[in-house]
Amino acid sequence: MSLLSIAGVLSSAIFSGTSLLYTTLGEVIDERAGIVNLGLEGVLLVSASTGVAVAVVTANPYWGVLAAALVGGTMNMVLGYLVIHRQANQLASGLALMFFGFGLSALIGRPYVGAKIHALPRILLPGLSGLPRLYTSLFSFDPLIYLVLPAAVLAWWLLFRTRWGLGLRAVGENADIAYASGRNPRLIRYQALFVGGLFAGLGAAHLAIAYAMTWTEYMTGGRGFIAVALVIFSKWHPLRAVVGALLFSGAVAFQLLLQSSGVQVSPFLLDTIPYLVTLLVLMIWGGTRKQSAPASLGRVYHGTE
Amino acid sequence: MSRIPDQGILSRALGSKAWRTAARYLSMILLALLLFGAILLISGKDPLQSYREMFSSTLGSAYGLSEVLVAMIPMLITALAVALPSRVGLINVGGEGQLYIGAAFATWAALTFPDWPAWVLLPVMALLGIIGGALWAFLPGYLRAIGLVNETITTLLLNSVAPKLIGFLIFGFWHAAMDTDKTPNFVPAGRLPTFWGTRVHLGLIIALVLLLLYWIVMKYTRWGLEMRAIGGNPQAAKRNGIPLETYLVTIMCAGGAIGGLAGMAQVSGFYGVLLLNFSMGLGFMGFLICWLAGGDPVGIVLMSFVVSVIMTGGNLLQLTRDLPYAAINILLALTLFVVLARPTLLRGEKT
Repeated sequence: MSLLSIAGVLSSAIFSGTSLLYTTLGEVIDERAGIVNLGLEGVLLVSASTGVAVAVVTANPYWGVLAAALVGGTMNMVLGYLVIHRQANQLASGLALMFFGFGLSALIGRPYVGAKIHALPRILLPGLSGLPRLYTSLFSFDPLIYLVLPAAVLAWWLLFRTRWGLGLRAVGENADIAYASGRNPRLIRYQALFVGGLFAGLGAAHLAIAYAMTWTEYMTGGRGFIAVALVIFSKWHPLRAVVGALLFSGAVAFQLLLQSSGVQVSPFLLDTIPYLVTLLVLMIWGGTRKQSAPASLGRVYHGTE
Repeated sequence: MSRIPDQGILSRALGSKAWRTAARYLSMILLALLLFGAILLISGKDPLQSYREMFSSTLGSAYGLSEVLVAMIPMLITALAVALPSRVGLINVGGEGQLYIGAAFATWAALTFPDWPAWVLLPVMALLGIIGGALWAFLPGYLRAIGLVNETITTLLLNSVAPKLIGFLIFGFWHAAMDTDKTPNFVPAGRLPTFWGTRVHLGLIIALVLLLLYWIVMKYTRWGLEMRAIGGNPQAAKRNGIPLETYLVTIMCAGGAIGGLAGMAQVSGFYGVLLLNFSMGLGFMGFLICWLAGGDPVGIVLMSFVVSVIMTGGNLLQLTRDLPYAAINILLALTLFVVLARPTLLRGEKT
């Protein structure tokens, strides 16, 4: 196995892990405010299709990224209306949102199937300009990749170092007490969903505009559900989400590495590793996990009638 | 996450407010149709014409109606796979995974024993489907019963694992000579019988019998009483001598078994072959249907019917209106949204 193939595997792991990390960060914020967003898959699809559409129409990938992020926030508002305003069940509403995303993204993306877009520019990792050309192409990343770790820090800062984040976490733990101490649980949950949607939209933008550089139906391939699992794995903490995304994309990389070295293991079986590891970790953490989950996750806030 | 309320459509429809309930649900669906019509209009299609075609193609002919029935079968069964565990407070989001594993187990029998007569092969396939689904649900049930991990999370995770195992089996061992993404066609003995020259298969009868059984068990047996007790207050039930943990594991497995049977019915009755990723969210659909119906058998039948009309009608829109097939999911989702949001257009009791 050559050094080049290892470098290639590493590079592809970074590319595939980035969208996942953005999405996971978004879901961490949603769930910290007490809302499980099972419709993430649909949110990602609509963001991705809109992002590609805007990038094609404006011939500028940055507008596409912006549109994808905003659409992510907007899609989450639909969920917000159902679960916050109408007090509908979160799991069912999320799944309905997923089906909505399947349909809407197909409709939006249809004229742009196979369309060429200007991808985000790739910038070589600093300090590597001396490497041969084959390597430099592997380690040239787009801006969204460079921004993903700062984004994780930003999410952590927002949640744990700002007043807004304190209020958000309070709502996720106990909305009634948060209300009693002068917060507005409904408003905070809407805000959390919107910000979470922005993050998810960035993930979709990276997937569609920087990585795949095209739109295909169902292109997210279950990333939304992976993100939901990774949130639990990361114990609802943005910085641990980085570890989760690394684990997942690392497993993907490991699988590619095995294939490139000629080891005959079915890629289907290797694909299950991240889920099984997550399951295993959950079982090992077991008891302590309860304390880290937001206490009123999934509960309806009825107000104080 | 609260339990699905016991008051389903059945109990309400039998009350004096039957007409009001019907009108309320009708108004919800009308609202969804209006919204989707607006989307059709924006994308340059004629909504009225589209709806006319949709409904005449599904409700307007015997063949169309039979196709609706065909689409209902897996939804009825997967919804029941959610409804039964929900009675003891278990949230089974794993219908999708259980369906796949059940389908795989049944497929194994169909491919391994092609010489067996149908009256042996089909029951064996059904039994294997049941076993597969139950096995897939055992771990979530067990982990929940010992209080280690929440079953919502585990069933969701296992949903992602199951289709990959199917892929492994198909690519590695079972694929047909020409295709790598599906098995060879089952022998006729491995196919559930169909009726009236349509694609409606025995799965429909199985589904309806299961729903009836579920209703009887819940209403008239000791098990049903104990399950309702657990659903109401698990700790109180336990203090009254009901074996809580045993119930949680058993009922979760039973739910999984039903999900597995749905998979068997789908591959044996509908496709006649095991396809990669054949489900496309049937298990999730079952969850939604069960939830919207409040876990009530009659409600499940009604909701499945509505969803099937939409999905089957969507097939036609794709052909004649040049819309992507997935677009019909918008109408479906809008219908689900308005039911979830329960608009108070007509003043009704809020459930």
